[in-house]
Parts: sequence; structure tokens; C-alpha cells
Amino acid sequence: MYSKIMVPVDLRHVDKLGHALSVAGDLAKLWDATVTYVGVTAAAPSDLGHTPEEYAERLAAFAEGQGASLGIKAAAHAMVSHDPTTDLDPTLLRAVEETGADLVIMASHLPNIADRLWPSNGGTVATRATASVMIVRG
Amino acid sequence: MADTTTNDQGIPEPEGTSALIETDYTIGQDNIDGSVGPFGFDIHNPVFLVSGVAIVAFVFYTLALPDQAGTFFGWLRPALTSTFDWFFLSAANVFVLFCLALIVLPVGKVRLGGAEATPDYTYLGWFAMLFAAGMGIGLMFFGVLEPAYYFGTPWGDAPLGTVRPFTEDGVLIAENVEEARRMALAATSFHWALHPWAIYAVVALALALFTYNKGLPLTIRSAFYPILGERVWGWWGHVIDVTAVFATLFGLATSLGFGATQANAGLEKVFGLPNNTTVQVILISLITAVALVSVLRGLDGGVKVLSEINMGLAMLLLLFVLFTAGAVGILSGFGKGLVAYVQEVVPLSNPFGREDDGFRQGWTAFYWAWWISWSPFVGMFIARVSRGRTVREFLICVLIIPSAVCLLWMSVFGGAAINDMVANPETSAVKANVIDAYSPELSLFAMLEGLPLSGITSVLGIVLVIVFFVTSSDSGSLVIDTITAGGKVDAPVPQRVFWCLFEGAVAIVLLLGGGLAALQAMVISTGLPFTLVLLVMCWAIWKGLKAERQA
Repeated sequence: MYSKIMVPVDLRHVDKLGHALSVAGDLAKLWDATVTYVGVTAAAPSDLGHTPEEYAERLAAFAEGQGASLGIKAAAHAMVSHDPTTDLDPTLLRAVEETGADLVIMASHLPNIADRLWPSNGGTVATRATASVMIVRG
Repeated sequence: MADTTTNDQGIPEPEGTSALIETDYTIGQDNIDGSVGPFGFDIHNPVFLVSGVAIVAFVFYTLALPDQAGTFFGWLRPALTSTFDWFFLSAANVFVLFCLALIVLPVGKVRLGGAEATPDYTYLGWFAMLFAAGMGIGLMFFGVLEPAYYFGTPWGDAPLGTVRPFTEDGVLIAENVEEARRMALAATSFHWALHPWAIYAVVALALALFTYNKGLPLTIRSAFYPILGERVWGWWGHVIDVTAVFATLFGLATSLGFGATQANAGLEKVFGLPNNTTVQVILISLITAVALVSVLRGLDGGVKVLSEINMGLAMLLLLFVLFTAGAVGILSGFGKGLVAYVQEVVPLSNPFGREDDGFRQGWTAFYWAWWISWSPFVGMFIARVSRGRTVREFLICVLIIPSAVCLLWMSVFGGAAINDMVANPETSAVKANVIDAYSPELSLFAMLEGLPLSGITSVLGIVLVIVFFVTSSDSGSLVIDTITAGGKVDAPVPQRVFWCLFEGAVAIVLLLGGGLAALQAMVISTGLPFTLVLLVMCWAIWKGLKAERQA
């Protein structure tokens, strides 16, 4: 069905991704697909890494951990953005192209008033990506 | 920290190819994050709160006791620039020599972001951003005013006490014109070329180096790590960051307030719009609204795009003035201005044994204090967009190229203004608005009036003034947000929105309640302590670069 699944992850809030991660794991097992975990970082140092390379290592370790615990083929793909707060959507869309994913599984929060002011990341990616997009709530 | 080998500067000996500083501090460890309703936040405790409260307190103070605040800061600023003029001038010379030395020394090879880093922006986008943040608005305001003023000033502010081209009753003295013009262009160039850019370059280089190469958070305190060590994460660092936020926000808010009055004066002259606070408040709200859109679109979609538009428009205006005011004469004037700058830059920057107090203290020391008080903001913004450049490339592009552009700008606008004053001393609008009556906000429009199509170019001038304010406002909001988020560049958007709106609100309150002048004087007064800070930064840069070369 699908062979390459992309899962955007926020390493700072992994706890909020739980459901999306397990859905991605189950589907990957079902179709024997590879899951690529995509993380976005700025070039400036953050708590997740002093350099983009450190961030990439951390993401790779996360992917390896997921692969081992879920028993799936896992890969990591780190993206560097100039301004991750505002450029998340275009960066994720670029990641879809770069990873060649045919399915994107994204975690999303319940819509609230702020979503009326600016669109949610999941919504924008679903509108613009060429791949199929699955938004997982909760 | 305890178990790593450190040298006497507290910088650990580099290992492998990167000279990252090992510290127990985790970026964001002092942050509080959560959400107010649907809006998330992630702010540094206590920098965010202390800055916010201090700003509100100062606004309240100037509004509650306007006379006292006005008298105090009105006295403080000139007192500092005339007492410490030698210090400002000497320090600025140190910065220029330091930057020029780094260009030629082997440490210039060090790449910001590590040996493998690639530049984040193209030359054009990068240059547009650092120029728009650095001095775009100043060029609009002073491009005509300053050369025209030095050329004809009757008040004894003549640079190096040079000759006057007009007698006391305004009659032209033909034999003095060439010398007065030469000195006017040299003195203006002196204030806009190497020295200010060296000030920005020092701060920007320190921040870029300690962020991208040493792995410390992107905030002003990081540049102090070599001196303060781990204390930089405590109150020492909080004070440094709060002061930077304070100077940036008030610097932006007061110039936004004054900018609105200038734009209003231009609109009155061109369209006959009423010149009152209602129009000015509308202008501030408009500028803030556009800045808000730009802030929401982020660095690439907002600030960069606006900066490029600005650079295009400014280039258009420059070419227009160049050709309509006589390209050949002005370009040869540029050549002469360049020669005059090279000849006079040493006497003009000499801090001792001079008698031109009006010029040296009233203009040069004022400018140096002003550039320095802006340097945390501009420096941090330049640092943010300069990853991937080598130190040499960085300094050539931040020091030499902008200096050349400023020299050209000043000789075109100043040259056109001086030509106008010499050709028609009786009827010149420039002379009427700069020398006979001092109305600085009209000087640009007065010069454009003497050229063809002044209706169109004046509108272009007003648009440029407004868009330059928008770029300062949005890049300022990004910088303040990053500092108050403890160096996190990916804090939630509502925080940027907050700072952008807060800045507009402070500008409006100060405009309506009075106190713009007092607080601007206060901001410029912060130039004195920051001068010391910048001197220390030079030393920190040197130590950091040497460690990097060894890696």
C-alpha cells in the first residue's frame, strides 16, 4: 500500500506524539514500510543540540529507539530551517520531497480558537503535499 | 565544567574540529512554558518579566513626572557625550582597527558555524537585511541634512573648524565653497562609513562566534562567557540581557515615535495632510500592523522580503537623484568625497587636542553613542543571518561594502543638496530648511523639490521611510523575542506578536504623553556602558577565534 511513511516529530514534546507514533508503527508493520522520522531545527544552538549535527544525532537515536521498540525499519531525516516557528510548513513539505514519502502521519492537537487565526501545520501540509496525509488526534 | 580542561579564559581547550564550549547550562533551562488560553509561550525567567515590568515602569515615570524626566535625561545625554567624547572616539577607533586587523590576519579564515558550514543566505539577501536593519532609516533622515548642515552651518559646528561658504547675511563666498564642500562630505562619510559598521561588526561577530562555533545560546550574555564563566547564566547575565532588551525596545519605540512625526511632516508637505497626533498615531498603528504581518511571516517570508524591496526602492531613489542632479558632477564628487574621507578620517577621528567641540561632541560623540546603543539589536540581527560565512568574508561584507554604499549615498544626496545651495543661495529649499530654519524632517523633501518629478519622488521617499521603519520594527521584535526566550529562536509566535504590539503601544503612549525626547536621550546614554562592553567583546572575540584556529 504505502512503502515510505514520514512522521514529523518534535523532540521537545515527544510525550504529545504518543498516538501518532504508535499508529505509524502499526501501519508500517502492516505494509512492511520504512518510517522516516523528520525533525526540524534552527541553526542556532538549542536544548536539543548545540549544532545542527548534534540535533541530527539525537534524532537518529530517537529513530533507532522507535525502530527497536516497535520492530520496524526506521530512519531519521533532520531539516534545518532559518526560522522554524514560522517556516515549519514549507520545511515539512520540503522534507516530503526529500524523503520521497508516500504517506505522512502527523500528530495534531484538538482545534482551538488559535486555529482560526492561523492555520494548523497538519492542515497546511495536507493541503499542499503531494503525498497522502493522515492527521492523528490526541 | 569542573572536569573539563580549561585555559585561563574559561574556554575549554578545543577537541577535534569544533571548539564548542562545555557548560552545564542547558538552553531553556530557566524558561517557563505553558499557554494563556490557546496561545503558547516559552519565556526566560526572569529576563522576560523584568524587562517587561521595567519598560512599563519607565514609561510610567516619564509620564508621571515629565519635567523631572525631561530635565534629567536632557542633561544626562549631552553631559555624557561632552565629558566622554574622547572615550567614545578612542573606542570607535579601536573597533575599526580591530576589524581591519581581523580581515588580514590568519584568524580571518575561521568559518562561523564550523569549517563545514554553508551560508544561510545569498549575498544579496544577506546584504539587504543587514543594511535595512543597520541604518536604512538614518540614511533617509540624514542623507541630505548632515552634509548640508556641515556645509553651511552658521552655529560653529563646522568639522575641524573649516571655512564657511556663506557670510553672516547669507551671501556666498565663492572661494570657500570647494573646501567647505570637501569637508562636509568627508565629515558626513566619517559618521556613516567604517566606524559605525565596525561597532555593529564587533557585536555581531562576538554573538555569531559564541553561538554558532561555541554552542552557547543566541543572546547577548553568551559573548561574556570568557570573562564571567558560569556566572553568565545567573544575575550577571540577566542584567546584560535586560539592558539589551531595554535599549532595543526603547530605541525602536522612540525612533518609531519620531519617525511618525517625520513621515507626517512629509505627508503634510506633499499631500497637505494635517500635522497632528491623530495622524501620527494612525501612522504608528499602520507601521506596527505591517510589521506584525512581517513578524508572522518570519525571517525569510517577512524581514528578508521587505529588506529586499527596500533595497530596490532605495537604489531607485539613489539612481534618480544621481541622474537628475547631474551624474557626471556627482560621480566626480563621489571620487573627491572618497579622497577627502581618506585624507580627513585620521584628523576627524583623533580624540585629543581639537577645538571643534560643537562638531566633535555634538555630532561625532552623539553618533558613536547612538550607534553603540543600537548595536545589541543590529549586532544580534546580523549574527542571526550570518552563519556559514568566514570571519574575513563577514567583515568585508559588514564593514567595507556598507561603508562604500554609505559613501556613495552621502555624496549623491549631500552633493545634490550642496549643489542646490550653491546654485541658488536665495531660493534653495534645502538652505531654507536646514540652515535658515532648522527643520531636519523636511530636509530630504526640500532637496527632492529642487529636482524634477518631485511629487513622485517625495512619495517614494515617504514609502521608503515607512518601510524602513517596518523592517526595523519586525527585526527588532525577533531580536527581543529571542533574548527574552533565553536564546531560543523557535519560541511560539504569540511572543513575537506581543513584542511587536508592545513596541507600537509604547511609541503611542510616549507620543501622546510626551517623553519621546527624554527616553531617546536615556537610550543614547546606555551607549556609554555598552562601549565598555564592546571593548571587552573585542578581547573575547580574539580569544574565541584563536581557540577556533587551533581546532
